[in-house]
Amino acid sequence: MTTVAARLGHTDVLEAEAAYIFREVAGEFEKPVLLFSGGKDSVVMLHLALKAFAPAPLPFVLLHVDTGHNFPEVLAYRDRVVAAHGLTLHVASVQDYIDRGVLRERPDGTRNPLQTLPLLEAISGGGFDAVFGGGRRDEEKARAKERVFSLRDEFGTWDPRRQRPELWQLYNGRHLPGEHVRIFPLSNWTELDVWQYIAREGIELPSIYFAHEREVFLRSGMWLAPGGWGGPRDGEPVERRRVRYRTVGDMSCTGAVLSEASEVDEVIVEITASRLTERGATRADDRLSEAAMEDRKREGYF
Amino acid sequence: MATALPSEATAAEADLLRWATAGSVDDGKSTLVGRLLHDSKSVLADQLEAVARASSGEGPDLALLTDGLRAEREQGITIDVAYRYFATPRRRFILADTPGHVQYTRNMVTGASTATLTVILVDARKGVVEQTRRHAAVAALLRVPQVVLAVNKMDLVGYEQSVFVDIAGEFTRLATGLGIPEVTAIPISALAGDNVVEKSTHMDWYEGPTVLAHLENVPVADEVTDGPARFPVQYVIRSGDVRLYAGQVAAGALRVGDRVTVLPSGRTTTVTGIDVLGAPAELVRSPQSGALRLADDLDISRGDLIVPAAALPTVSRDVEAAVCHLHERPLKPGDHVLLKHNTRTVRAVVRRIPGPGRLDLNEIGQVALRTAERLAFDRYEDSRRTGSFVLIDPADGATLTAGMFGATAPGPPDAAV
Repeated sequence: MTTVAARLGHTDVLEAEAAYIFREVAGEFEKPVLLFSGGKDSVVMLHLALKAFAPAPLPFVLLHVDTGHNFPEVLAYRDRVVAAHGLTLHVASVQDYIDRGVLRERPDGTRNPLQTLPLLEAISGGGFDAVFGGGRRDEEKARAKERVFSLRDEFGTWDPRRQRPELWQLYNGRHLPGEHVRIFPLSNWTELDVWQYIAREGIELPSIYFAHEREVFLRSGMWLAPGGWGGPRDGEPVERRRVRYRTVGDMSCTGAVLSEASEVDEVIVEITASRLTERGATRADDRLSEAAMEDRKREGYF
Repeated sequence: MATALPSEATAAEADLLRWATAGSVDDGKSTLVGRLLHDSKSVLADQLEAVARASSGEGPDLALLTDGLRAEREQGITIDVAYRYFATPRRRFILADTPGHVQYTRNMVTGASTATLTVILVDARKGVVEQTRRHAAVAALLRVPQVVLAVNKMDLVGYEQSVFVDIAGEFTRLATGLGIPEVTAIPISALAGDNVVEKSTHMDWYEGPTVLAHLENVPVADEVTDGPARFPVQYVIRSGDVRLYAGQVAAGALRVGDRVTVLPSGRTTTVTGIDVLGAPAELVRSPQSGALRLADDLDISRGDLIVPAAALPTVSRDVEAAVCHLHERPLKPGDHVLLKHNTRTVRAVVRRIPGPGRLDLNEIGQVALRTAERLAFDRYEDSRRTGSFVLIDPADGATLTAGMFGATAPGPPDAAV
């Protein structure tokens, strides 16, 4: 038997709130889906969801939008977790869209913006009416304005001026046919909260989150991994460095940080001391313009 | 579980304080929040670089740290509630950063609905104005336990003690009249950084805390832990032939062996087991999420409310409430709406709106509603969680109105003095 501490700490409060959000969605929607990439935020979401419905299995399936340039370690981890819990995973492939000529490769090789169409078609094709995403409001200024339940029209559009006010813990999941609602159970979590929860719960992560030797090259101040996505170019020498990743995503725009942190506790010490935000340190796509995230979110990106 | 190190910012288990800001346009609210984030070292190098790039004058414009959307940067205003996160060695903070424009009263109500503390800004040169009275009235109506009056721009009144004392006195009288239990007044200059994070060297006469020190030390009133248990059933978990009733405790605590009544049906049974997110426990309390096993096989579903058999809430189809209207379409008597309360959504009709007979966007008033099914609820003053509701448009799902059972809407700002 567990005993209840005299006072709930912030991790307990955030966990209880996230479980409440998962259960609200399961109670109110016909067909939810959980976006699962194998990245730390989606791993934490899955862990929370499994706890929220224990001892019963998850009442929804998983969806991954695979850019075709994902880290192989992360894809292997993704498949391992899905198998271990007996989950159902749908994969929407950006590469398929490119092969069919529906999407065209961008000159900079970045595939992050290309994810939007496969995501929206997977949502409408699957008949999903609620889509759990791991977005956190601390990530970016536009995300600071995001609701926990965020209504999207048939084009997936996010309009910050037309959001529903969200009061107390009374989340409104009403939507019309063709619309769906994006759900953000980690809205109130920070990067540090996520790592502290991973430490507390002993959650396994893909190996690239921890310091390891790998080949990288420097572009615009960011350490990128060479690969079939198109890097390095001439004049970008490949070096072996001890690095880890703070976020995982498309290899073309996700940078590594030089690091010696090979365990969770060391990672927590490292990010606490860091003078850079998670996205500032490692995401090239957010640097495209001052409102890059806002613009992509408006188009239907997470 | 990791051990808590209360002396470090990385403490695994710190307190969580949810707070909100309120202030008129140009009172310097964004600057205060920017200053607080900047001086508490919650702003990192890449964010500062971005602000420096976007700033036009000398030095970074700290207001740009919070005004994030294109339209806000273009128009120089804040158009919606934003949530900000920062931590100090003592505490974690979630800030609902709300705009001050009069047309955005609904956003202040939104921010205040989850806040334990609200900071109301006043310009030292202008003192208590109509907007200040409105903010105080909203804080009182929403029953925010702690109110801070930040008298800003003290640098522009020569850091004069008498200016501060007069404003603090007038505001405290106003707040007391509204039933606000506690006011802390702090003289600051958000632009210069006086008494925000660092103690001012210009106001030796002020002996109270800085804004940050106050935020760090104010009690995190876990107001809903006391009082009778309220367990709204969210979801029924079926595993084999076991049924668990899952939900987040909205108030109080439930223990194994408690006699409980299920509302609105009124049937009584006993709690035979409690799970807290998969682990067995003797007790579950607010704000934990858990699941209950019950002795009898009753017909219980999402929307029911489990309460101690000895402490029942009101059960009725006729309700009266103070409301803030949130939508461009006005609310009128005869309107058919959906009422969402806890985990339950029922059909309802607006029977009466005393006074103007309708409520427009951002207006606060009273309504009488009749619901299609019986509703089990508390007065808002007894429980912010089980005493609150929203009205939803059944046609398009829009959130129309925020409501507080049994509360009384304040009169016009000037009448509140």
